[in-house]
Amino acid sequence: MATVWFILVALMLVGYVVLDGFDLGAGALHLLAARTDSERRLVLGAIGPVWDGNEVWLLAAGGTLFYAFPGLYASSFSGFYLALNIVLWLLVFRAIGIEFRMHLADSLWCSFFDGAFSAASTLLIVFFGAALGNVLRGVALDSSHYFFAPLWTNFQPGAAPGILDWYTVLCAVAALFAVSVHGALYLILKSSGDLNERLRGLIRWLWPPLVVVSAAALVATLFIRPELLRNYRAAPVAWVIPVCVAAGLWGMAFFTRARNERNAFLASCLYIVATLGGAAVALYPDLLPSSTGAATSITIDNAAAGASSLSIGLIWWAIGMAVAIGYFIVVYTMFKGKVRPGDGYH
Amino acid sequence: MNDALFLHRIHFAFTITFHYIFPQLTMGLAPLIVVLKTLALRTRDPAYDDAARFWTKIFGINFLAGVVTGIPMEFQFGTNWSRFSQLTGGVIAQPVAMEGVFSFFLESAFLGMFVFGEKRLSRKAHWWAAFLVFLGSWLSGFFIVAADGWMQHPVAYQRLPDGSFQVTSFWGVLANPWALIQYVHVMSGAVITGAFVMAAVGAFYVLGKRHQDCGRIFVRTGVIAGIIACVFQIFPSGDLHGRYMAHHQPVTTAGMEALFHSTAGAPMVILGQPDVERKTIDNPIVVNKALSFLIYGTTTAQVKGLDQFPTQDWPTNIPLLYFSYHVMAGLGTVFVAITALAVLLLWRGKLFDSRWMLWVLMLAFPFPYIANTAGWLTAEVGRQPWLVYGLLRTSDGYSSNVSAANTLFTLLGFMGIDALLTIFIMFLLARLIHHGPAALPETQLTGGAA
Repeated sequence: MATVWFILVALMLVGYVVLDGFDLGAGALHLLAARTDSERRLVLGAIGPVWDGNEVWLLAAGGTLFYAFPGLYASSFSGFYLALNIVLWLLVFRAIGIEFRMHLADSLWCSFFDGAFSAASTLLIVFFGAALGNVLRGVALDSSHYFFAPLWTNFQPGAAPGILDWYTVLCAVAALFAVSVHGALYLILKSSGDLNERLRGLIRWLWPPLVVVSAAALVATLFIRPELLRNYRAAPVAWVIPVCVAAGLWGMAFFTRARNERNAFLASCLYIVATLGGAAVALYPDLLPSSTGAATSITIDNAAAGASSLSIGLIWWAIGMAVAIGYFIVVYTMFKGKVRPGDGYH
Repeated sequence: MNDALFLHRIHFAFTITFHYIFPQLTMGLAPLIVVLKTLALRTRDPAYDDAARFWTKIFGINFLAGVVTGIPMEFQFGTNWSRFSQLTGGVIAQPVAMEGVFSFFLESAFLGMFVFGEKRLSRKAHWWAAFLVFLGSWLSGFFIVAADGWMQHPVAYQRLPDGSFQVTSFWGVLANPWALIQYVHVMSGAVITGAFVMAAVGAFYVLGKRHQDCGRIFVRTGVIAGIIACVFQIFPSGDLHGRYMAHHQPVTTAGMEALFHSTAGAPMVILGQPDVERKTIDNPIVVNKALSFLIYGTTTAQVKGLDQFPTQDWPTNIPLLYFSYHVMAGLGTVFVAITALAVLLLWRGKLFDSRWMLWVLMLAFPFPYIANTAGWLTAEVGRQPWLVYGLLRTSDGYSSNVSAANTLFTLLGFMGIDALLTIFIMFLLARLIHHGPAALPETQLTGGAA
């Protein structure tokens, strides 16, 4: 049963990154790609109807994690205390950056919120990338499965690492490129004209470094934690995952060149799903490995809620998520297609 | 007092108190906006459309503020109260996660259509968007009260050998009688805030001789909704809540009333300052035997005082508990008087000529915020020294791996960000109210949707 919840929580987190990823990526590129007020309004119009719903995936995943793996929720949220609180502050700035800008047609007012939106989005991607790095690398858990990670120590992924070290920074950089490309491909799908062309140009610049940092992050991960390959050795069918990652990478470039906007975006989704899915497969059954020895690692067994909670939870989770996916289909159908200036909605 | 524990408590208290400024207004306004939209559909009077549109804009800004200040709440269980989360996640996270899955998704899907979609949708469809946002926000309130209700009055759980709590029935936590009683009390409290704010803005326009049509609609809707909610707040919901509390948390009731000694025919203290050291009340004004009557329905019943309970189980801050409760109950009574008078004048057709009454309505709007906050303080300070009543102490629940300095750092950070948010929100709301219900220039409604 704990394995089922491992899969469900992983699915929700992947759903969050795929969906909110394009909002965050659009934010990271906001100042760079959208030059005029009308282009910036178009970027905001493209994510306006959906960003809040996308962010709910993070909240729903957090709540589900709290329910199914209270041990992990308690330990990781308190252990990554500083980083998590900074993420919460950044979420405030991102939200007001998107929503308060429209209230005043004043250029200074708009510039301030454009800047807040873009800076907060960029830093959120960096923190989320570093978070993934921390989970793969492991933290200094004590015998009661708790820890407290400082923001940085000596930038080495040793036995008592900080949240930022060279490895997690590398993960953060990889996330920044991956999510920016994801956001750009979404905006290409939603835009036309100059903005669309400029974004295509950006993809040509962003794609090669994305391939390089993805490969570097993969090599670095296997260098610092070679045991992450154990599930791949045990079940060779899992090697299809890295093939999907490569296919996603190739697809982004190929379909962008072929001007197939939808497939290019789907290729980016595939890349994200496969990368995160691959990480989840590598971790299982660990949830948060320990850098001080496997005995103190947080696993699905020592962090899961009791049997009665896990089975009762499936009732509301299944009903609630089925309904939620229904809302998403309605909203995305309502707002599909290119955003035209003066659409009125946003 | 352990510094870290104290700071974790202040951290939660500050962030949740600031947060609740916004949901109490949005949960209170949502049904009123649905009423205005229903009237617009029925009467075809465009003034009701203008009125609904104006409050939808106010709602949108407050809703966003509620979202951004609310997200930290869900994460704070883990960051600042990790032992509590680890032990109770198998129960308390059910309503917390259900809030995300059942109400946040609902709200996020329909809020954009509600706030920005009036032109795109038919009148009926837009009414539905408003209704679904109302439903989502009231569901959200329910799940949070269910989580708190379980901490106040734990039900439907079993404890495993490791001390953790596990839920034993799907409906148990949701149908907790404490939660149901508290929910109606909390929601009618929110409607009081919404109604007073609406009446205040209306009075502001009528007194200033601007936007008179809408202003009168606001005053009328506000005072009528206000009197219903204010009366309901005291009877039956407040009365029921008080009796239930006296039954299940008698020591909290004794603390609320600062009843240090068990008394037959206990009096109710209207005013006075409790002196915990000397176990007396300074400057008391009392109504004899009223407390016994309110709790047990007879003037002679014995009410348990604090002396019946071990000191370590007393609420940890009796003066704060006592003042919170008295501020809440006192203001609640005043609200009934204000709205009753206003409705009487409205009925006699004199309300809009009674400038003094309009002044009162205009200036009264901060007080429901104070009363709602005081009500929550009563519930939560009254629950101390427990996190889970009778089962898990507050001192056993905080994140002992997070140092006092780190907690202070993030507390100061939240204070700074909340101050900034306050400035932006006050500016935008003042601007909207200054513009009034007349349509804003169209260009300013372009941008994101929430």
